Amino acid sequence: MAEMTGAKALVEALKRQKVEVIFGIPGGAIMPVYDVLYDTEEIRHVLMRHEQCAAHAADGYARASGRVGVCMATSGPGATNLVTGIANAYMDSSPVVAFTGQVPRAYIGKDAFQETDIIGITTPITKYNFQASRPSDIPWMVRAAFYIASTGRPGPVLIDLPKDVQTGAEDMEFDDDVEIRGYKPNYEPHPLQIERAADLLANAEKPVIIAGGGVISAAASRELIMLAELLQAPVATTLMGKGCIPEDHPLSLGLLGMHGTVASNLTVPEADVLLAVGMRFSDRTTGNVEKFCPDAKIIHIDIDTAEIGKNIEPHIPIVADAKRALKSLYDRLIKKLKRRERSKWMSRIAELKKQHEEMSEKPGLSPPRLMKELRKILPTDAIITTEVGQNQMWAALYLKAYKPRTFISSGGLGTMGFGFPASLGAKVACPDVPVVDIAGDGSFLMTEQDLASSVKEKIPVIVIILDNRYLGMVAQWQRLFYDRRYSATHLGETPDFIKLAEAFGAQGTYVGSISEFRRAVKEAMRSDVTTVIDVPIHPEENVFPMVPPGEEITKMIKG
Amino acid sequence: MAKNGKNYIISSLVEHKPGVLYQVSNMFRRRGFNIETITVGESEQAGLARMTITIKGDERTVEQVVKQLNKLLDVVKVSILDPESTVTRELALIRINTPNATVRSDVINYTEIFKGKVVDVAHDSLMVEMTGDSDKITAFIELMKSFGVREIARTGITALPRGMRSTRME
Repeated sequence: MAEMTGAKALVEALKRQKVEVIFGIPGGAIMPVYDVLYDTEEIRHVLMRHEQCAAHAADGYARASGRVGVCMATSGPGATNLVTGIANAYMDSSPVVAFTGQVPRAYIGKDAFQETDIIGITTPITKYNFQASRPSDIPWMVRAAFYIASTGRPGPVLIDLPKDVQTGAEDMEFDDDVEIRGYKPNYEPHPLQIERAADLLANAEKPVIIAGGGVISAAASRELIMLAELLQAPVATTLMGKGCIPEDHPLSLGLLGMHGTVASNLTVPEADVLLAVGMRFSDRTTGNVEKFCPDAKIIHIDIDTAEIGKNIEPHIPIVADAKRALKSLYDRLIKKLKRRERSKWMSRIAELKKQHEEMSEKPGLSPPRLMKELRKILPTDAIITTEVGQNQMWAALYLKAYKPRTFISSGGLGTMGFGFPASLGAKVACPDVPVVDIAGDGSFLMTEQDLASSVKEKIPVIVIILDNRYLGMVAQWQRLFYDRRYSATHLGETPDFIKLAEAFGAQGTYVGSISEFRRAVKEAMRSDVTTVIDVPIHPEENVFPMVPPGEEITKMIKG
Repeated sequence: MAKNGKNYIISSLVEHKPGVLYQVSNMFRRRGFNIETITVGESEQAGLARMTITIKGDERTVEQVVKQLNKLLDVVKVSILDPESTVTRELALIRINTPNATVRSDVINYTEIFKGKVVDVAHDSLMVEMTGDSDKITAFIELMKSFGVREIARTGITALPRGMRSTRME
């Protein structure tokens, strides 16, 4: 036991969690911590240009690495700027720990300068939050925060640090125990439920698996693929699950839902037994939920009890870690399963997959074609991040992912501006692989100021702007459902993205053809500075397939 | 949430610290569940408070409420109480107009019949303390309306299961 200031204790606690990087911006109420960081060589601080980007970068770091991402901001506006990033991490179950400065305890509740109730604000968008009320709270709160963020269903945790708690000194106790009596994640599947699920699957004629982000969080790809192969069950993924099965695997159907592939959206409803794992039946995945797989027996595996029965009532609920549940199912089934002849079904699926491939064979700078070309150039472990909108759906549909944690996208919250700062976080986590943000011009302009941090902090990524000078997805809906009334979606002819990139000290390249695109990407991969590749695309190009909102997923518009 | 449906009583043990009531009520608001009544007070276990919540709804809604409550880290245990084997009580304070001696004695008589207590007397009103299940309190208030009810403060239901069943933490 030794007396130590709260700020020092915080940094010490972070070292004990083996934190290697913090994404943040200093300010008045968090200065004592920054003063300690000034002397801390073990922890890199990446200075961002907007706190929202700090939170997204920590999120991107977490998703690329599987470790907890850390962001930091001052009180008031610094803290509120984090909010979108925290909400984003919450919706997509990403382990992020956020630290905010707070006015001194005596000022709390007095509407002091840069005071905000960040605990109240973030209660519905964090897995848990803490306000330290004395310096000696800090070591155990940090320990608990990292434990909560990274276990069970992962999610963001916030610690609010009043300034005088950072400067005050107390005896500190650093141990490893975390005991939270109201928090006991259940990892082991119930053997009886596994037995029942295995029976169903063993007798299924057309079993289909839907895999979500939980498979990636639980590092359960191997178990998923083994089970799928054993059952000869095709696998559709949610947006968050993309990459959990290599998308060139014969059993991979690709994305399911509003912008699902033909193969996914037509095969899933044919299932007689549906195994849903680490996914939450979101409206974007199910389409009209009343008409979603009405004839299938549904087995739902999720670590979060509250997801069971929330949107769809399963026949067999299994509350467990995806890895352990899939392994238990495999172990059961390998003993009892007779190989089934499914060649007719399989060849139909192969036919549907071919249809999807054909949809991407378009002339010129069409986004599906660009995605395919990009895939040919990038190594299989390259990390893709996306913004939100058409760019995101083109990437999800036409840029195949081969490995978990190589496709990072804002799924639940749908945050435009996420992809670029997330790419910076991913690049910090994985400096040896190329990191590419698939962007739209509208999304990129929401967080483009962090070109500054990418250049100054030497975090080189590649931004590919599918540039249609529109808020493209909204314009697509206006085209399809609002009689082409383009209300507030045309963005105009500025900025010049080349000059914009150059103004920040990054590189900018304009491409006018597929061959120029290939060359630009290859050059960007060799560059040690961030490159923005501006690709003009046709403003009327739609993302297809598309299921109109509220329709069942088989009712696709294919273009 | 279905506005009609059965009444359910949820008994939960929660960390006894600031902000927990906010977390719980915020969860109800955010998920679109309605709280009919909520009472909070210390429990027999150190550091834990007992929160008794009544809601109206169908079985599926109640199941979701329980799961969402359990998901909150500061909620340690949640039980649904079976109305058949649960003791429920509510307390009400009711101020009734008593302009003259006849009314006053009527009110006092009724109060005695209902096993209530007169706890405050003013020259033109009485305050009655009434404890019991909610139906009894509602019946008493209905009866008093003919005299003129000036103010009512009701606590909402608190409840514990009968006999061996327990809402304690194992």
